Amino acid sequence: MSPLLPLILLPIVGAAFILIGASARLTALVASATSLLFSLVLLASYQFGGDQPYQFVHSWPIIPAMGISLTLGADGLSLVMLLLTSLVTLAAVAVARTPEKSPHWFYASLLFISAGGLGAFASIDLFFFYMFHELALIPTFLLIGIWGSGDRQAAAWKATIYLALGSFVLLLGLIGLYLIQPDGMRTFDLRAIIGLADAGFLPEANWVYLLLLVGFGILVSLFPFHTWAPQAYASAPAPAAMLHAGVLKKFGLYGLIRIAAPIFPDTVLNGFVAIPMPFGCHPVEIDLANLLLIMLIGNILYVGYVTTAQRKLDLMLGYSSVMHMGYIFLGFAAMNALSLTGASLLLFAHGLSIAALFALSGEIRERTGTLDFAELGGLAKPMPAFGLLFGFAAFAAIGLPGFVGFAGEILVFFGAFVGGDLLMGVTATGKEIFQLNNFQVATVCAAWGVVISALYMLRAYRRIFFGPLSDRWAGLPEISGPARFAIAALIVVMLVTGFFPGLLIKLIESASI
Amino acid sequence: MISSFPAEFCVFVLGIILLLADSFFEKIDKRILAYIAISWLGIFLVAVCFIPLSPLWPVPFGFYETDDLARVFKGFALVATILTLILSLEYAPVVERLIPGSRPGAGLSEYFILPVFTCAGLMWMASAADFVMIFCALELVTISFYIQVAYTRRSMASLEAGTKYLILGALSTGFLVYGITWIYGMTGQTALGGISFVLGNVPVASQTALLFGIGLVLVALGFKVAAAPFQFWVPDVYQGAPTPTTAFLSTASKAAGFVVLMRVIEPFLVAPAIGAKLISALSLLAGLTLIYGNLAALPQTNLKRLLGYSSIAHAGYLLIGVASVGSPFSGRAVVFYLLGYLLMTFLAFLVLIPVAKAAGGDDISHFNGLARRSPSLAFFLLISMLSLAGLPFTVGFLGKFFIFEAAIQQQHLVLVALGIITVACGFYYYLKVVRAMYWQAPPEDAAPIEVSALTRFVAAFLTAAILILGVYPAPLLRLLP
Repeated sequence: MSPLLPLILLPIVGAAFILIGASARLTALVASATSLLFSLVLLASYQFGGDQPYQFVHSWPIIPAMGISLTLGADGLSLVMLLLTSLVTLAAVAVARTPEKSPHWFYASLLFISAGGLGAFASIDLFFFYMFHELALIPTFLLIGIWGSGDRQAAAWKATIYLALGSFVLLLGLIGLYLIQPDGMRTFDLRAIIGLADAGFLPEANWVYLLLLVGFGILVSLFPFHTWAPQAYASAPAPAAMLHAGVLKKFGLYGLIRIAAPIFPDTVLNGFVAIPMPFGCHPVEIDLANLLLIMLIGNILYVGYVTTAQRKLDLMLGYSSVMHMGYIFLGFAAMNALSLTGASLLLFAHGLSIAALFALSGEIRERTGTLDFAELGGLAKPMPAFGLLFGFAAFAAIGLPGFVGFAGEILVFFGAFVGGDLLMGVTATGKEIFQLNNFQVATVCAAWGVVISALYMLRAYRRIFFGPLSDRWAGLPEISGPARFAIAALIVVMLVTGFFPGLLIKLIESASI
Repeated sequence: MISSFPAEFCVFVLGIILLLADSFFEKIDKRILAYIAISWLGIFLVAVCFIPLSPLWPVPFGFYETDDLARVFKGFALVATILTLILSLEYAPVVERLIPGSRPGAGLSEYFILPVFTCAGLMWMASAADFVMIFCALELVTISFYIQVAYTRRSMASLEAGTKYLILGALSTGFLVYGITWIYGMTGQTALGGISFVLGNVPVASQTALLFGIGLVLVALGFKVAAAPFQFWVPDVYQGAPTPTTAFLSTASKAAGFVVLMRVIEPFLVAPAIGAKLISALSLLAGLTLIYGNLAALPQTNLKRLLGYSSIAHAGYLLIGVASVGSPFSGRAVVFYLLGYLLMTFLAFLVLIPVAKAAGGDDISHFNGLARRSPSLAFFLLISMLSLAGLPFTVGFLGKFFIFEAAIQQQHLVLVALGIITVACGFYYYLKVVRAMYWQAPPEDAAPIEVSALTRFVAAFLTAAILILGVYPAPLLRLLP
């Protein structure tokens, strides 16, 4: 019996109770608080330096003939993600305002999303890793469609169809990963597949990696598959946006770091895929590493500039959450210990900061009914504490030193700059030239991305909280109660782990990535 | 202790006894007949599960198979018939309204008894391993369906559906007989085992003629399983037929078509030249069916019609499985998919009938706000739609997973790519129903929805089965060949 099973079942049982008729908000709060406590206890009882990185392992065979079993287990990285999930869930439930329309389904949907995240991060078996993620698809559809704002129906449709398509592409990739294993040894157990890969039993299968990259990429809103995300997050009710942008979107990157990095290290760095052309033309060869670099720079620069052009806070946050995925992809693309650790840290950091920002944006919408920069201004005067919290969250999102995001970005940049073949320096003829390889160019672009994000975040901060105060907003109530506490808690966690990133790095390094 | 069990014979006798009972006891409530049929079919179902099958009569060179596939499909036919009868009980008031009769309940009895005969035909079909047997069983099924489709004869839609089904069914029968004669002419055999035996001796010159015959048989079976381009009867017939018949037609008749298809192509795979052509023909059918079924389902606004198009779409996925016949898992994948399809389709129809009765129609808009009018029915339909769409933790997902796994193994990459794109289409049209139930507000004057306890229980049971088998399919997989 693994303690992870009750951790996953806790929100599901909570949701079932809510649907049967238990008090919705109270049950959701109790369930998410318990699961946070539970994951803290797991974190405390994790033993470093054991010979097995995965602990709390238990396996229930499901389809033995195909090597599918429900195998739960957690190593350092999984634990960090579990902590993130339960923390963001509690915050999301705390800031949620009980809607008038079917409140039971509202809180049950939130808990289902949380269960999907917890299940995915606690699964070692890739089949269930995939299945748990899908558990969140329908609750998201309902949350945006029923309780969303703006053009919620179009946003819900687009996101759901996009995510369904992406997850079936991912499924093909996972089936491919299963079928390239030698007959008779096939399994979905991640540990066994990594073992096979290390022992050289897996053939080169670049198309499997490409399918995984595109499938995960769609789920993480990798450029140019990102168009579902901003609209969906802008329309979603704040708790749904927090959970989806903060936790679920991390699933794809977590999957790449977990699956692609250890199994296809050479393919990620040096793989080619030849696309056959009709009419006897030469097949087009695509360098997978460069392809990923181009896409992630698209995330950072293209989406970054699109973000600066936004006129409303919710859309701006949606685009910014897409943009920040670029850094994490960069950490994955460079594939060295530094950059992967940085990427893992960023998963955690971005999850917390975007959750805090979406929560605050939801609070502003509750108070004013608008998120348009042109209509807002001077809100720090009636609500100083609100302004302070927003400032902290915005700085954390930019990656200011002192927040955990800074530690992650620095590691990613250092790791990516030494990635690839080193071209910088002095050539043999003694003539000094200054050349940058692809990874270094990408890192420079990514560093420019920090400037872009500072630009739009600070501008948003200035337009909403400073400047002349319109009379309409003079009497706005200060942030208070559970929302204030929850957002402050998210910021405190970011500050603590920002000053002592060693806590997280120690956990991540113990993981088998 | 019974050593073997002549299953379809018992079902046939049950049908005759029920007919006699109907004529001798005129005064009884006809619903009793349905309850009797359900309980006896249930007993036969248990018997099929536990007692080995016996051939109808002993024959040396098998034209009657008693393998696992036959057994599973006899069970399948029984389950489908039981569920159809339960649906018919719920639907009985509509039938009573739509057929002229001198006294209340007149004509209801045959509506309960005909499915029993269909069931006997389906069970026979599952075992048929000879073209003559296949033909006879198929006709028994089809003719009883002709009557059921046109049963509510005061409804113009039902009459139109009946006529269309009759004409196109007769046409496909013609194709089948003509194809069988060509195959017989080239091989001198009608038994499938015999064909595979002599196939090696067929001279190359007559292979074209043999392929022509197989092609004609494929066309006929394409009609039965509703594969594009032989699907044009489906939407009108499904929408016009009485709802229980639609459910029966879209599951049992389709499943029987697939069993026959799998049996028929098996002997021809022995000859590589013919087998390769056969598989490419099946792949073509699969691709066309996937594209047509899914694209045509997108704009539908009537749930019954939507389910008709979705049944075409599912035939496409099943055909991918049949086309991947070289993979060790493909047969099992197809059968598993069919079983899952049975559960989710009947669940959808179980919810559809009472809601349509209360709302006065079966458009998707009639389901607006169902989540607030009847949360449990909405939840059942939600699970059914998600399973049809192929969401994980439902049996529909595992069905698609096995099919895609077999197809990738057989390198049908184009089909897999098509399959993925059409799955995304599927999410759109199935979620349209979910949207109506959960996003939209119920109409002001909504009538209360009355559901019998039996229907509610069966719907809950099917929902539980879909979810449990979606996580733990081992019990079902163990049954399969």
